[in-house]
Amino acid sequence: MSSDLAIRLRGVVKRYGAITAVDGLDLDVPLGTCVGLLGPNGAGKSTTMRLLTAQSIADEGELEVLGFRLPDESKAARAECGVVPQLDNLDTTLTVEQNLLVFTHLYRIPRAERREAIERALKMANLADRRDTRADKLSGGMRRRLLIARALVHRPRLVLMDEPTVGLDPQVRQELWALIDSLRSEGTTILMSTHYIEEAQRLADTVLIMSHGTAVAAGSPSDLVLQHAGREALEVYGPPSRLVEVEAEAGAAGLRTRRTGTSVSILGAEAGNGYAAEGERRPANLEDVFVLLTGEEIA
Amino acid sequence: MTAASAAANVASRARRVGRLDRRALTGVLVREVVNYSSYWRSSTFSSTVEPTIYLLAFGFGFGSIVSRVAGYDYVDFVGTGIVATAVLFSSAFPGMFGTFVKYKFQRTYDAILAAPVDTEEIVTAEALWLATRAAVYGCVPLLVAIAFGLDPTWGMLLVPFIAWISGFGWACFGISIAGFASSFENFNYIVSAVLTPLFLVAGTFFPLDQLPEFLQVLAQLNPLHHCVELVRGAAFGFEGWTDLLRVGALLLFGFAMWRIAIHAMTKKLVD
Repeated sequence: MSSDLAIRLRGVVKRYGAITAVDGLDLDVPLGTCVGLLGPNGAGKSTTMRLLTAQSIADEGELEVLGFRLPDESKAARAECGVVPQLDNLDTTLTVEQNLLVFTHLYRIPRAERREAIERALKMANLADRRDTRADKLSGGMRRRLLIARALVHRPRLVLMDEPTVGLDPQVRQELWALIDSLRSEGTTILMSTHYIEEAQRLADTVLIMSHGTAVAAGSPSDLVLQHAGREALEVYGPPSRLVEVEAEAGAAGLRTRRTGTSVSILGAEAGNGYAAEGERRPANLEDVFVLLTGEEIA
Repeated sequence: MTAASAAANVASRARRVGRLDRRALTGVLVREVVNYSSYWRSSTFSSTVEPTIYLLAFGFGFGSIVSRVAGYDYVDFVGTGIVATAVLFSSAFPGMFGTFVKYKFQRTYDAILAAPVDTEEIVTAEALWLATRAAVYGCVPLLVAIAFGLDPTWGMLLVPFIAWISGFGWACFGISIAGFASSFENFNYIVSAVLTPLFLVAGTFFPLDQLPEFLQVLAQLNPLHHCVELVRGAAFGFEGWTDLLRVGALLLFGFAMWRIAIHAMTKKLVD
């Protein structure tokens, strides 16, 4: 059975009219791991997240969350999940503490344990000295931390995070990464969608790259890089006409390339295939894989 | 298509399991009550001052021309009738605007639906809360009228219950409209074409027996009219079976609107 899986999706399809947002998605999230859903905007990440809380009902396929089948048993699954939404939906006129209090009720924490649950969440999100501040007076980073604290107030076994650091300063993002990493080290299972490659690389044990509603690759970040982009990339700079030539030459030598705006990256450069060009060598990275697999054009 | 309808079947069956769970209802109610603590002043102000202004304007404005209507002092007539207005203002309007704001701008329902709460429970708990508020706010014009000379009676103790049943229906009406509306502008049509006529042809400001017969018949379909008559009944004496039928009409209105509101919001929140 799938008892060691927190999430198990098989052949999941979700259509909105003529648009197929999720198109035959398979996804496994083993208990105790952090899985990153990486994909460009419109790849189906947010729809996948909505399917997991039964706010969207799949047209086809099997969905299981913490052993509960969706959508029939979604409520039981949601009781043990925490959700960090992409868009801020705090009660802005309530204080930090009141926001948490409301969710201790929504998550059915027994009366005797509510106080302790709120204190634990405040401490974890480092908001204890802000408990009486209204949510609309918090900085962007603090509001995000409160959203995370709210999702953790009932000690969920599984946390779903939809773009947890989108639109935040690099400093704030790093601070949130530390928070998510501490969760992970405590053994909480996390499914996180992101389009920040660095975020997936740092936090995820397994990355699933999504494109056009389906998984195009899955594995640990380092395996994915090695498998799809090799060990090293050769970065060749030059005027646009030169870049076109380089792409053609490398292609002829059987090497894969990708554009990075101002340069062409020749992937798997360590193999060489007898082709050499003037350029900077650098280790291949997850961004190479991402662009290679999800396409260079912006949809 | 078959897969989609199969999924819908599965979904509707799932909603039957553990429906209207007390803990889920409590959770949504707690959210409303805690939020209310941050805006009760403005809400109480608008829900009580507005009908009071109507009461004073009509009661003393018209009251100086027509002293007695349908056998009552005009101030007493309006003072009891306007309870229904207060109920309408404090249930249908927050139902409409509050729900839409929570859906569209605050995305509150996304937050609640992530917890073990279903749309049916959200709608039910919010309507219960609005009905309770309406029951309290509905009594304000009556108290003002008493201050201006309306004789208190024991029957008036029933007014909060009448206001509650009526408020539940109107709250669900407001939530339904919010569920069907795609933008704020849609509300203008409802307010102008539905609520204003219902509000004027409810027997609040003038007795309906002066109206053409077809309007009198139509008025029997106006839940606000039944609320007006029941409050007058509570204040001045009930009319037996007629008033019992009116209670039945309000219960039916409440139940139908409740189901419609759940249907509308489920369509809006779950895709």
